[in-house]
Amino acid sequence: MLPYYYNIPAVSILLCMISGISIPLLSSGRRAYRLTLFVSATVTLLSALLMYKVIPLNEYFTYMMGHFPAPWGNELSAGPLEAMMGFIFGLVMFLSLLGGSMTLFHDILPGKQKFYFTMMNMLMAALLAMTYTNDLFTGYVFIEISTIAACAIVVARDTPKTIGSTIRYLAISLLGSGLFLIGVVLLYCITGHLLMPNIQTQVLRLVSTGLYTVPLTVVAGLLFVGIAIKSALFPFGAWLPMAHGGATTTSSAVLSGLVLKGYIVMLIKIFYRVFTIDVIRDLNVTNIMFACGLAGMIYGSIEAFREEHIKRMLAHSSMAQIGYIFMGIGLDVNLGVAAAFLQIMVHAFVKPLLFLCAGRLSEVYDHEKSSYRLRGSAHKDWVAGIGFTIGAMSMVGIPLLGGFAAKFYLVTSAMMNPAKLWPALITLMISAVMNALYYMPEVIAIWTRCELCTPNPVESNLGFDLISAPLLASGVIFLGLNGYTMIQVIQRGLALL
Amino acid sequence: MKQFIVELINDRFMIAAVLLFGLGFMNLLLQKNLIKKIIGFNVMDSSIFLFLASQGYINGRIAPIITNGVFDAEVYINPIPSGLVLTGIVVSVSVTAFFLALTVRLYGIYKTVDFDEIMLLINKEAE
Repeated sequence: MLPYYYNIPAVSILLCMISGISIPLLSSGRRAYRLTLFVSATVTLLSALLMYKVIPLNEYFTYMMGHFPAPWGNELSAGPLEAMMGFIFGLVMFLSLLGGSMTLFHDILPGKQKFYFTMMNMLMAALLAMTYTNDLFTGYVFIEISTIAACAIVVARDTPKTIGSTIRYLAISLLGSGLFLIGVVLLYCITGHLLMPNIQTQVLRLVSTGLYTVPLTVVAGLLFVGIAIKSALFPFGAWLPMAHGGATTTSSAVLSGLVLKGYIVMLIKIFYRVFTIDVIRDLNVTNIMFACGLAGMIYGSIEAFREEHIKRMLAHSSMAQIGYIFMGIGLDVNLGVAAAFLQIMVHAFVKPLLFLCAGRLSEVYDHEKSSYRLRGSAHKDWVAGIGFTIGAMSMVGIPLLGGFAAKFYLVTSAMMNPAKLWPALITLMISAVMNALYYMPEVIAIWTRCELCTPNPVESNLGFDLISAPLLASGVIFLGLNGYTMIQVIQRGLALL
Repeated sequence: MKQFIVELINDRFMIAAVLLFGLGFMNLLLQKNLIKKIIGFNVMDSSIFLFLASQGYINGRIAPIITNGVFDAEVYINPIPSGLVLTGIVVSVSVTAFFLALTVRLYGIYKTVDFDEIMLLINKEAE
C-alpha cells in the first residue's frame, strides 16, 4: 500500500486538467474564476502537505501512473524540490488571480473569460507536470501544452498588438519545442529509454566507455537551447518584452513569475536525473549557460534601463533575472545550482508582486503605463506602492529581502570556482547597479507627490490589498530572512535528484 | 565509395529527416509570410516524426498488432516510436490550429499575411 501523499503529484495535475476541461460547461466567467481559485488553493494545500511529509524525511519517491512498471508505464517523481515548486506554483497562481481580478475582468471580453480560465488551469497542470514528470516525452507534451496555454493567456486581451506579439511568441517558442523534441528523440535512439532513471543508467554506461560522446553533447546542447529559447535566455528572449508587457496584469504576473521557471526547473531535473550534473559539466554545456547567463544579465538590465513602459521594463528585467539563474547553474559548483534555485523561488514571488502593483498603480492614471506618468500614484494606492517598493528593493538586492539572499549565494558560489569568479562578480556588480538605476527612480517617482496630475478614484480590491500583495511581499521577506535554511533544503533536494 | 553509397542508402530516412528539419526550422524562423511559417513548422515536426518512425522500423518485421496469435516480439517492429509519433502528431495539429486561428484574426484586420507588414501597421496604430 502506497503512502497517501504519493498520490499528491498525480492528483494535483489531474485536478487542474479536469477543472480546465469542465470550465466551458460553467455559465459565467465569474464562476470559472472561482473554480480556478479553488483549484489553485487546493494544489497549494496539497503541495504544502507533500512538503510537510517529504522535507523532514528527505524522501524522494517515484509514482507509477496506472501501476504499469518501467519501461512501459509513465512515471512521476517527487521530492523536496518538486514539492516546493508545486507549492510556489499553486500559491503564486492563486495570488496572481486574486490580485489581478479587476483588470482581468476589465481587459477580457465577457464571452472569452471562461476560456481564459480554462487556459490558466491547463497552464497550471503543465507547470506541475513539467516539475513532477519522470518521463522525457511526457515533459515534451506538457511543454507544448504550456506553450499553447501561455500564448492563449497573452492573446486573451484580443487587441491587434497582443495577437501580433502572441504570434511572435508562438513562433519562437515552437523553435524551442522543435529543438527539445529532436533532442529527446535522439536520446531515445541512443539509449532506448524515455524514463529518466533508465536513460541515466545508459548514459553513464556510454560515458564510462567513451562511446557516443559527440551525440550526447549534441543532445544536451539541443535540450538546453530548446529550454533556453522558451525561458527567454539571452540571445533568445526577443519575444518576451512584447508578450509579457502587452498581456493583462495577471497573465504578465503568471508568465514572468511561473512559466519561465517551469521550463528551467525541468531542465535542472533533466540535467540531474538524465545526464547527472557531472556529465553535463564534462560536456561543457555549463560553460555556454554561464556565458549566455552573463550576457543576459547585462542585456536585460540595459534594455530595462532604456524602457519607459513600466510593464515592458519589468519584462526586460525578467530577462536579466533569467540570466542570473543560468549563470548560477553555469558556475560548475553545487552551491551555484542551489543559489539558482533560490533565485527561481525569489523571482517567482517578486515579479508577480511587481506586475500586480504596477497594474494597480497604472489604474490611478487611467491605465497609463509610461513610467514617468505614474508620479505620485503610490499616494492613491499605498498598498500597491509599498508592494512595488518592496519588490524593487528586493530586485536591487537590499539585505533582508529575497533578492539579496539569492545574490549573496550566487556570489558565494562564484567564489568557489576561481576560473569563473571575476566574470561573475563583475557582471553581478554591473547588473545590481543597473537594477538600482532603473528601479529606484521608479520608486521615487511613485512616492513623489504630483500637484498637476489628475488621478482617477481607485476602486478597492480587497483580494489584492489584504491577501495578494501582503502574501507575495511576505514571501519575498521570508526567503530573504531564511536564505540559509532554504539553501540547505534545496541542496538536500538536489542531492536526491 | 561503394561502402559510402550503401551507408547513405541505409541512412536515407535519417538524412532526409535532418534536411527537412533544417528546412522547416529556417522557414519557421525567417519566413515573413505567416502561412509559410506554419508550413515550416509542420515540415520541421514531420521530419522528427519521420526520424522517429524510421528508428522504430526493423526490416522484415510487421506492424505491432498481434497476428495469428503470434506473441513473439521478434516478429514485430518496435511499437514505442509509433506511439510517440501519434502523440506528437496530436500536439502538432493542436499547435497548427492555434497558429492558423491567430493568423486568420490578423488577416481579418489587416488583409495581409506578411508578418513584418502587420507589425508595421500595428506599431503605426500604437503611435
